[in-house]
Amino acid sequence: MARALINVPKIARKGELVEIRVLINHVMEPGHRRDAMGAAIPRDIIHSFVCSYNDEDVLRADFFPAMSANPYLAFSTIARDSGSIVFTWTDDQGVVQTERATITIL
Amino acid sequence: MIRLLLAALLFASPALAQRSGYDDASVQTRAMQDDDSANPGFLWVRHGEELWSQPTGTAGKSCANCHNAPDTLRNVAARYPAWDATLARPITLVQRINRCRESHQGTTALAPDNDIMLALSALVGLQSRGTKIVVANDGPLAPFLADGARLFRQRQGQLNLSCANCHDDRAGQRLGGSIIPEGHANGYPQYRLEWQGLGSFNRRLRSCLIGVRAEPYGPASAEAVAIELYLMQRAGGLTVETPSVRP
Repeated sequence: MARALINVPKIARKGELVEIRVLINHVMEPGHRRDAMGAAIPRDIIHSFVCSYNDEDVLRADFFPAMSANPYLAFSTIARDSGSIVFTWTDDQGVVQTERATITIL
Repeated sequence: MIRLLLAALLFASPALAQRSGYDDASVQTRAMQDDDSANPGFLWVRHGEELWSQPTGTAGKSCANCHNAPDTLRNVAARYPAWDATLARPITLVQRINRCRESHQGTTALAPDNDIMLALSALVGLQSRGTKIVVANDGPLAPFLADGARLFRQRQGQLNLSCANCHDDRAGQRLGGSIIPEGHANGYPQYRLEWQGLGSFNRRLRSCLIGVRAEPYGPASAEAVAIELYLMQRAGGLTVETPSVRP
């Protein structure tokens, strides 16, 4: 399955406020549930998310249980220079995933 | 004059528009469905796009080898379940994809809620988004349609309820805190917030049947296909919303 839907404007004017939307494919298992046999299902959530714009962090977030599966984040930043916006998230199983988008400043 | 008015009313009533589950959903849920970057169903659609050109099975063929781009299947989902002359019975879109997998690709059939099947059926369904549903109701389909209509009105389960008891007679009223929808199958596979995932029509049907404490129909059973056929025919005039988002 697709790992994430990333929505970043391809072009922006310098100084413009741009909206970034990220929808990540993840089960976000809270760790409080039990399976059909009564065994506890271990917690598996994305616990940290970082968005950096040309190597500078613009959003850093810690996630906790009680977030829905396939979490959606929308936030904004100021378009400064052309370059790459990199999204990195880490889950409880230690899986680190990275997605990248490019933005061009007119 | 009164008689004329009455006649006009009677004549007009069958033309009353059906109400899609979309109309009963909250503003937030509707916004989620409307925005392709916020609609989680598109995670499966994107996966389907990757799978579309991947060769699979002993024939080493991908979907793209026969169908080219997915948009060559525009409007197809709006007329399914459709008659299959070889099998001499109606088949659903999921069964159609499975027929392709088995006879053209040389691979195995998948359950409707398999992630690969969800991805492919979401991608194919998306090609008909906005298309009015028109399912044939004559010719060889007629007896199957009658069967579906009969099952829809058949009381069953420990609660002794038929589909029609809720989705025809009490649509718009509340069951617990939720509005009872008219039960149109116009947006499958569908992302349900309750499921936290994409699910097929068969999953929805299973939930309803378990809800009335009845024995659920198997996904490939004649009953499940007949009900889907009847529901799609009943939804005629609504547009396909795949991948829809519902509470």
